[in-house]
Amino acid sequence: MNYIPNILFAIALIVGIGYFAKNVKKLIRNIKLGHDVDVSDNTSQRWKNMAMIALGQSKMVKRPIAGFLHIIVYVGFIIINIEVLEIIIDGLAGTHRIFSGIGPLYGVLIGAFEVLALLVFVSVIIFWLRRNAIKIKRFWSKEMTAWPKNDANYILYIEMALMLLFLVMNATDLKFQAMNNGNVISQFIAPLFSGLSEGTIHIIERSAWWMHILGILGFLNYLYFSKHLHILLAFPNTYYGKVKPKGELDNLASVTAEVKLMMDPNVDPFAAQPESTEAPAKFGASDVQDLNWVQLLNAYTCTECGRCTSECPANQTGKKLSPRKIMMDTRDRLEEVGKNIDANGGTFKEDGKQLLDDYITREELWACTTCNACTEACPVSIDPLSIIMDMRRYLVMEQSAAPMELNNMMTNVENNGAPWPYNQMDRLNWKNE
Amino acid sequence: MSNTLKVPTMAEYMAEGKQPEVLFWVGCMGSFDDRAKKVTKAFVRLLNRANVDFAVLGTEESCTGDPAKRAGNEFLFQMQAVTNIEVLNAYEIKKIVTACPHCFNTIKNEYPGLGGNYQVMHHTQFLKSLLDEGRLTIEGGQFKGKRITFHDPCYLGRANNVYEAPRDLIRKLDAELVEMKSCKSRGLCCGAGGAQMFKEAEPGNKEVNVARTEQAVDVKPEIIAAGCPFCNTMMTDGVKAKDKESEIAVMDIAELIANAQDL
Ligand code: SF4
Ligand code: SF4
Repeated sequence: MNYIPNILFAIALIVGIGYFAKNVKKLIRNIKLGHDVDVSDNTSQRWKNMAMIALGQSKMVKRPIAGFLHIIVYVGFIIINIEVLEIIIDGLAGTHRIFSGIGPLYGVLIGAFEVLALLVFVSVIIFWLRRNAIKIKRFWSKEMTAWPKNDANYILYIEMALMLLFLVMNATDLKFQAMNNGNVISQFIAPLFSGLSEGTIHIIERSAWWMHILGILGFLNYLYFSKHLHILLAFPNTYYGKVKPKGELDNLASVTAEVKLMMDPNVDPFAAQPESTEAPAKFGASDVQDLNWVQLLNAYTCTECGRCTSECPANQTGKKLSPRKIMMDTRDRLEEVGKNIDANGGTFKEDGKQLLDDYITREELWACTTCNACTEACPVSIDPLSIIMDMRRYLVMEQSAAPMELNNMMTNVENNGAPWPYNQMDRLNWKNE
Repeated sequence: MSNTLKVPTMAEYMAEGKQPEVLFWVGCMGSFDDRAKKVTKAFVRLLNRANVDFAVLGTEESCTGDPAKRAGNEFLFQMQAVTNIEVLNAYEIKKIVTACPHCFNTIKNEYPGLGGNYQVMHHTQFLKSLLDEGRLTIEGGQFKGKRITFHDPCYLGRANNVYEAPRDLIRKLDAELVEMKSCKSRGLCCGAGGAQMFKEAEPGNKEVNVARTEQAVDVKPEIIAAGCPFCNTMMTDGVKAKDKESEIAVMDIAELIANAQDL
């Protein structure tokens, strides 16, 4: 017996999964660059969110056409991957269609896979047309050029190829066709090869089989570099997503401590401050390390679908702000920081860059109305608003760099208890007017 | 129109050793903005009509800190919040109603973490409860059969999932409630939130309030109903920008109900 194919297969499997595992480790390391945040509350609601939003795709169907097609591709992909199990066993053990021994049920399974493969193939073509022929607006924004645009299309091409290879593999499997059990789609492809010799058909079958499994391993490794990472991260991300009312912004604990101190009449303002070795907390965020790890997980999860941006009032009225770009910038900067750490033996070396200004401009940040349309629209519970808010906090509390009109407003609140220069003593005048 | 408004303050209640049923948090817009003051008074007329035992803080009320927080000034926000919470807790306030969704959101969601725990209601929710308890009746009056569209305030709708109370009230007026293209959880912002009210917009090709008003104009309403003083201003300006002042009125739900009964 010739063991070379088995050995080659094992090597491909080990290399494919090993490289992926290495990148997953990097991914986790990068996400952990964010500071900690308490996510231990509301576990039952969190599980429910994950079940409904990630598993159940509840947000996707808010846009029925895209939602329906997406469910086909999603369900199709998960189910067809059961077939991968058989391929792996066959590849390692040198068997052929090891599960075919289970009898008629095998035909039912493979038949279902074939139907799904066809549906996925058709859906992916429609996706491609929506992007490239119909040119739906949210796929053609400023941030969707170069890599992001190509990435989206590459994913579609890979999916088309994988589905096609699966069907061709079945169509050219003469034994499988002879069984005539489960070849619901591939029987119509088989005649295309009927003129060829049995040997050639066998070579085609083997090639399709190998390309299919190598393609899947390749695709697995492509995820880390792509928005397609969402197929994995959507699950943790919907779990860790916001469970409080959308309108609730967190109260900064570091500020609370200082405010309590300032308001406490028992504190002697002239007393010497206790020596502290800790660096004073930085308020808000100017770079990715100032964000929390859920926000960084959000960035890696973003599918770049642009639903957020298409609902954003600022973006709809021509402002530079795009919540999708906020997420893409955060991921790009985080990747840059991660590479920097890799190149410098595990520690970050100052590179003179940051998320603020080098990626996200102030003009974008100040255009947000905090309306939560983006967080409502996101199919995977991403919160671009929280990043915008943390960066505003940095601008105002660390740099005093609010727009002049906002500074006036804040001075008024501070002095008169209202955003305008009215006297607090006049607050009840309306009663007698 | 009755012009004797009964507006007792908490200090007055305290002096009598009594506790009101609910505190009416008026808010900065409701206290100082000429348009919003009319809404404040309409709401008070309804409270008086329903014999609700309420009080205001009057000169002891101060900005909730919402615009400061959303502008990024967490310090100023928390200073405001802690000061207000001290006043509210000193009066042992349990229940608060407000006609401003921003105050509503801030007090309801962001004050508890700083020591302020109250039951907070938006005025549309409160009016709905008065109606359900039979303390207030609503007649269609002049609004019977009128085409009314409701603009969801972001801080009431998406932020806190209140979509039905204002709509229930409009339906009670026997009016024809029509929905805009973007409504409820997908409602389009008026453009005022996040402290935008206080600054010029960033460069773009349109003002947000004009975009929203266009959606409203599309459904040909006679009235755009608002539930937020900021939205009210933005939509009123939008209607002006579209030259529709003679055809479309922008009114708060409290005004609709009060006017329907000639209060
Ligand atoms: S919260 Fe800000 S970024 Fe999100 S949709 Fe509203 S305006 Fe756009
Ligand atoms: S943040 Fe959410 S809605 Fe926006 S592009 Fe990413 S996945 Fe889509």
